[in-house]
Amino acid sequence: MARRMPPVNVVLVGFGWTASIIAQELTDAGAQVLALERGAWRDTVPDFATDHIQDELRYAVRKQIFEAPERETLTFRNNAGQTALPMRHLGSFLPAAGVGGAGVHWNGQCWRFLPQDFVVRSHTEQRYGKSFIPQDMNLQDWGVTYEELEPHYDSFEYLCGISGLAGNVKGQLIEGGNPFEGPRQRGYPLPPLERSASTVLFDKAARAVGFKPFPCPAANASRPYRNPLGVQMGQCTYCGYCEWFGCGNYSKASPQTTILPVLLKKDNFRFRTHCNVTRVNTDSTGRRATGVTYVDVDGNQIEQPADMVVLCAFAQHNVHLLLLSKIGQPYDPAANSGVVGRNYAYQITSAVDVFQKERLNPFMGAGALGQAIDEFNGDNFDHGPHGFIGGGYVALWNTGGRPILQHYLPEHAPKWGAGWKQAMHEHYLTACSIATHGSVMSYRSSYLDLDPTWRDAYGNPLLRLTFDFQPNEHRMSDFLTGQAAKIGRAIPGASVHVRKRQGPYSIVPYQTTHNTGGAAMGSDPRTSFVNRYLQSWGVPNLWVMGSAVFPQNPGYNPTGTIGALTYWSAQAMKRYLKNPGALVPT
Amino acid sequence: MGHDPARREFLRLVGTAVPASMALCACGRTQGGTEHASSSAFLAPEEMEFVSAAVARLIPSDALGPGADQAGVPTFIDLQLAGPYGRAERWYMQGPWPRGVDTQGYQLRYTPAQIYRQAIAGIDAHCRKQYQQPFAKLKAEQQDAVLHALEDGKVDLGELPAKTFFQLFWQNTQEGYLADPAYGGNRDFAGWKLIGFPGPRYNYVREIRQYGQPYQQPFVSLIGRAPTAAPGHPRSAT
Repeated sequence: MARRMPPVNVVLVGFGWTASIIAQELTDAGAQVLALERGAWRDTVPDFATDHIQDELRYAVRKQIFEAPERETLTFRNNAGQTALPMRHLGSFLPAAGVGGAGVHWNGQCWRFLPQDFVVRSHTEQRYGKSFIPQDMNLQDWGVTYEELEPHYDSFEYLCGISGLAGNVKGQLIEGGNPFEGPRQRGYPLPPLERSASTVLFDKAARAVGFKPFPCPAANASRPYRNPLGVQMGQCTYCGYCEWFGCGNYSKASPQTTILPVLLKKDNFRFRTHCNVTRVNTDSTGRRATGVTYVDVDGNQIEQPADMVVLCAFAQHNVHLLLLSKIGQPYDPAANSGVVGRNYAYQITSAVDVFQKERLNPFMGAGALGQAIDEFNGDNFDHGPHGFIGGGYVALWNTGGRPILQHYLPEHAPKWGAGWKQAMHEHYLTACSIATHGSVMSYRSSYLDLDPTWRDAYGNPLLRLTFDFQPNEHRMSDFLTGQAAKIGRAIPGASVHVRKRQGPYSIVPYQTTHNTGGAAMGSDPRTSFVNRYLQSWGVPNLWVMGSAVFPQNPGYNPTGTIGALTYWSAQAMKRYLKNPGALVPT
Repeated sequence: MGHDPARREFLRLVGTAVPASMALCACGRTQGGTEHASSSAFLAPEEMEFVSAAVARLIPSDALGPGADQAGVPTFIDLQLAGPYGRAERWYMQGPWPRGVDTQGYQLRYTPAQIYRQAIAGIDAHCRKQYQQPFAKLKAEQQDAVLHALEDGKVDLGELPAKTFFQLFWQNTQEGYLADPAYGGNRDFAGWKLIGFPGPRYNYVREIRQYGQPYQQPFVSLIGRAPTAAPGHPRSAT
């Protein structure tokens, strides 16, 4: 029999970026808010202190800053004809556990999506015709527009202290910024980061090819910064340990460095760590959430009643929880009906490694220190001749030069022995790599459901992921990789190793932690789990945050848009708290 | 502040990989030497002989500097196998155990430590059959031939694919050569000196725009600037 805790107004499942924003906003509105986090408490001091956080083996290789699959993982297969098998250790993507979530270990690559990304179905039909969209592609509009989200992008960027150079302020193009971005109300709060040697090489080469490179928007502070909440951040020191590490310098935006110092002082906010939520509870009508049940660190089942439940865990964990709680119609790929687990998508990436003579000192870097081009993202170019939908950016990110995982060797360098040693000696300081970062659309064949065989440490069925790259994505990625190779070859004296993304999706090599979908947002309850405010259609006091709501995955890193959607949703929640009910009629 | 009912921060430390020099051990390895004391943490003496001989071929000592054996990689591997990594403590190890396709990743019930135990026994048996000697006693060319055969999956190690072992072993060898010296390998910064990585330095604000210039500061480790981080004596040589 579960122990029952005193009720709260709002319970948040997870305590990362989205939970921190929601908690800050709703406590301001007077609500009693409780966050339940499955991982540990973590803060800059002592957890990320520079006397031990710069440890590649411990955090990046042994992956101790991420979730441990030991207790909870998922099963994976490329298609429904295979038997899905457990992901026994982490690889392709790296979800977080612990306060701050992935906001602790991200690089800080903080983009806005393009205006067309939010209306991709109607835009594509209008420009290219309905028949341009593959039959099995569940391409969907988001139900929200860029113009509606713009103020909320702005809020997140000023919360984080983004370093960058605007390309379009209120329709006026600014030289050196991204000319393809949607109009923004004002520039970034901080100037761009310093350029490293390799990003200078990329910039020159991209200009020589005829592209318009720009500094990537970075949640690494180029200057000391005090955000609108009054929280102080320090200037980035380019130590090269952002992604897969916490920042010891208060320079990378995370919940800990932007919100928590204010939030934790509030009397109407509380959180509990090592509490793993296993169910969202509903009343007998199934139309109202009554709270959640979680398992605490001692294995006790505890019931937490709440007026409102907000799922703020990582994308697939939110979907897993919905499936376990039997809320919403599970997706049926045969009928293409049902919404929970529908429209899973990912990111398709590739690289062009560049070998040249100039010393680059790759270890001087930052997670979002990069130059990019956006000519081939979204619908910034005519897709008519290419026959695919989607795109991505091409960038040189100088995230660091950590020796185990961040060294590049020519394709034909010996794999071990004296020749390997010679190649490491010759290329470590002078090689760099250009990345492509491509969109992945949603398909009938890509979805999440419950596994029939394997179970987690709580006795619940594991989530099952069925996913593969489709021909549309391979064609797009090959095209993008070709553009990256043009830039690589324009670097003086360079030889390149073009690494296309080939063959089926594999869960083994790290690609990105940009898993999306499974509880899509939209304007039609038959194809989306939440409405345009991220409120469940069927259970109006249940809300879903994060990339689980993306109907498909555009060609940018997701966090900037997750932040904007969270602020957008928080404003809607404030209206809901005053006058509970469905904000969009069904 | 609203932390309730308890933060249970201590749990944070459970199951973490503690750098060798901070945690253990009387390893008995002499600096720069190749002698292997019986007090290794996981590997038996004959297993340690295999590891030392094999890493010396994977990353040999030559004019560019010390190789993996001289850099302490066998100690690194031994300590890793004795710890949470060797026990696969963070891996999902629930059955059943059907074989899948490559895109589904690792599906064996062996922990890394068990992989080494099984593989080394099988490799030495293979070498005795083919060359009448265990791996460590073979000539360098013979050792290279065996390593290539492992890499190509052409040595029978029972139900353990030889490629699986080779990939793990080569990965661990690179880790030991390139990880912070705090973990027992990369002795005297051998790996970092080879490539020019200065260690976990904290601040490059002044240097980042000095394009093309060498970085001049001395090598550092998480446990300081000691030329050798001798296990058991974390800060003794500063």
